[in-house]
Amino acid sequence: MTVKFCWFNLMPWPDLPDDFKTEHRSVWVDIDGSLFDPERANGVYHEYMDQLEFADELGFDGIGVNEHHQNAYGIMPSPNIIAAGLARRTSQAAICVIGNSIALYNPPHRVAEEFAMLDCLSGGRLVAGFPVGTPMDTNFTYGQIPALTREKYYEAHDLIMEAWTNPDVFAFDGKYTQLRYVNCWPKPIQQPHPPIYIPGGGSIETWDFCLEHEYNYSYLSFNGYLAGQTLMDGYWNRVAEMEKSMTPGRAGFAQIICTAATNAEAEELYSEHMLYFFNRCLHVFPGFADPPGYRTVKTIQAGKLDQFRKENQALFKRLTWKDLVEGGYVIAGSPDTVRERMEDMIKRLRVGTVFCLLHMGNMPDWKTRYSSQLFAEKVMPGLRGIWGDEFADAEDWWCKPMDERVRPEDTMADARRYPEAPKGPVA
Amino acid sequence: MSATELDSTDAAPAPAFDEVIVTTRRSVTAPVRVYEPAGGASAGTATVLALHGAGGWLPGEPVLDGLVEAGLRVVAPVWPAWSEHGDEDRLSDMADFALHGWDVATEMGLLEGDGNSELHLLGHSMGGMIAAEMAALAPQSVARMALLCPAGIWLGDHPIPDIFAMLPYQLAEVLFADPNVGEEVLTGGADFSDNETLTRFMVARARQQGMAGKILFPIPNRRFSERAYRVTVPTLLVWGRQDRLIPPAYADAWQAALPEASVELVDGAGHMLPYEQPAAVVAAVTAHLQG
Repeated sequence: MTVKFCWFNLMPWPDLPDDFKTEHRSVWVDIDGSLFDPERANGVYHEYMDQLEFADELGFDGIGVNEHHQNAYGIMPSPNIIAAGLARRTSQAAICVIGNSIALYNPPHRVAEEFAMLDCLSGGRLVAGFPVGTPMDTNFTYGQIPALTREKYYEAHDLIMEAWTNPDVFAFDGKYTQLRYVNCWPKPIQQPHPPIYIPGGGSIETWDFCLEHEYNYSYLSFNGYLAGQTLMDGYWNRVAEMEKSMTPGRAGFAQIICTAATNAEAEELYSEHMLYFFNRCLHVFPGFADPPGYRTVKTIQAGKLDQFRKENQALFKRLTWKDLVEGGYVIAGSPDTVRERMEDMIKRLRVGTVFCLLHMGNMPDWKTRYSSQLFAEKVMPGLRGIWGDEFADAEDWWCKPMDERVRPEDTMADARRYPEAPKGPVA
Repeated sequence: MSATELDSTDAAPAPAFDEVIVTTRRSVTAPVRVYEPAGGASAGTATVLALHGAGGWLPGEPVLDGLVEAGLRVVAPVWPAWSEHGDEDRLSDMADFALHGWDVATEMGLLEGDGNSELHLLGHSMGGMIAAEMAALAPQSVARMALLCPAGIWLGDHPIPDIFAMLPYQLAEVLFADPNVGEEVLTGGADFSDNETLTRFMVARARQQGMAGKILFPIPNRRFSERAYRVTVPTLLVWGRQDRLIPPAYADAWQAALPEASVELVDGAGHMLPYEQPAAVVAAVTAHLQG
């Protein structure tokens, strides 16, 4: 298998004020509505979608989007809208929707339908993510009862998978959803279904769920690979315990990456934008992070609780560029430096998919493209073959597009082929 | 309404109650506290089925003690998740909660009387919400009811603060008339700098407040108002004047919703009324139940 690189855009709001952290309680859930400017958003959305399309041209294996609600670092409550746009303007990269918070869709069958649409539209390029969803999104924004969220999630999963794999019309009698006629129309190109990615924070129940169903487990954190190693080690121990193959394709990781000509240039170009992200975008009121009942007892007992102490609330530390780079939050520097650290990251965490966060915070377009292009041309090629032939035959948890798919970028001109637009109103 | 679930039984005085373990026909196992009046209950002694709030019972319950001193028998179930027995996964929604209350009453023999011994309901906050739903289901089985600042109604003009988004140290401010007193009651002097204590606290919080969330999250309204007409039971509403969680405006709403209700406001009390002004609560409740 080759390592897959997915260019990911969280779609942060770029204009949070300098005093955001002191004057506002949270970037998420009760974020101040007056900070959003819809006319500014017109340009922001297009810039971010242009960057995703540029990543396809650069040869990234995937382009990725995700779902957040009432969140100023992710203005993408509906990733499927963005993914549909991308499917119309690209034809190479996998469209990685990581993902739809399936318990939030009413009925969750909607996800089966929309993902099937995206798979058809993209010619089988969909990578389908099913997050449980953060408490900020799931509980505080979308009102799901914390203690029942996981049960509802599992039920939604069962409904969607049966909708994709059962060729007959069937009745679904769930606790949370009852449907007399389930009949997913359209159906996905990829059979029996697109590859499933389960993005996880730190819930250890999720590991068993992924392994039982042969789904990819992707650890999405902004704390970098050094901090992520403990959790990924736990995951791989569980893989071994359950006697599953140790193929890296089972795992993914999100990493913030800044590439420049030299290490010094990386700091000069990207430092302020990383600090914007860490010191403003991650300013989440801690009361929204852990509603009782959301995390299971098992996860609490396995986890660290320091963040809930009063003194640590007050001392929420301000990170510096040095902290970010040395702590592995950000892999930054010249192509050589980045390649070396990326190799270390991929091997340590044993991952087959890397979600590359090459746009972060309020990074301007030209810097994003500069960093992405250097990475694609000078870093990525040397990393793809890291796992050699050892897992050559292994399932790689990646999409299987059809060969003869529509190449919308080639046919776009045809779409405007009328010599003259009709004059006047059309009946 | 939260941190009181800390297991501080080590330091508790000899309990004023007997604890029995009950398994309902739904297969939910949980303890029930039984407080007998001095000299034991006679055939005509009325029983109060008392339901706790989301904080659970404390080792000492001054209101329950006071009711017993006034000659009442008190049966106080520990709700699943507030005991070590588990089984909370068997109850998901408001109907499950209310029926569980009646299931416990059945197991405790409270519905098998000869018609002379009366059954009263008492509930605080979340417990008041459950008691009211029980009375709506089976008003004929209840003689009288007292609700201490119950949850269960939502007024758009008086939004109830979101306790599920509060950090533990923020609770005292909304729960007690005097937050300094509240801090002491809530933490029970526990040392949260100790990781084991903190983990134990977080596990208890996840189980208990997670369970409470099934009927209180995200809005503590499971449409009781539409069933309130069935509560033909004479009901007393007791409210702390300084209740900053469910403010006294809700006393009026409850009174308007119930066919036969009166209100008693208590000074110097917030939402943790039964711990802040127990004597006033006992006096009002006793007068109502024995009235």
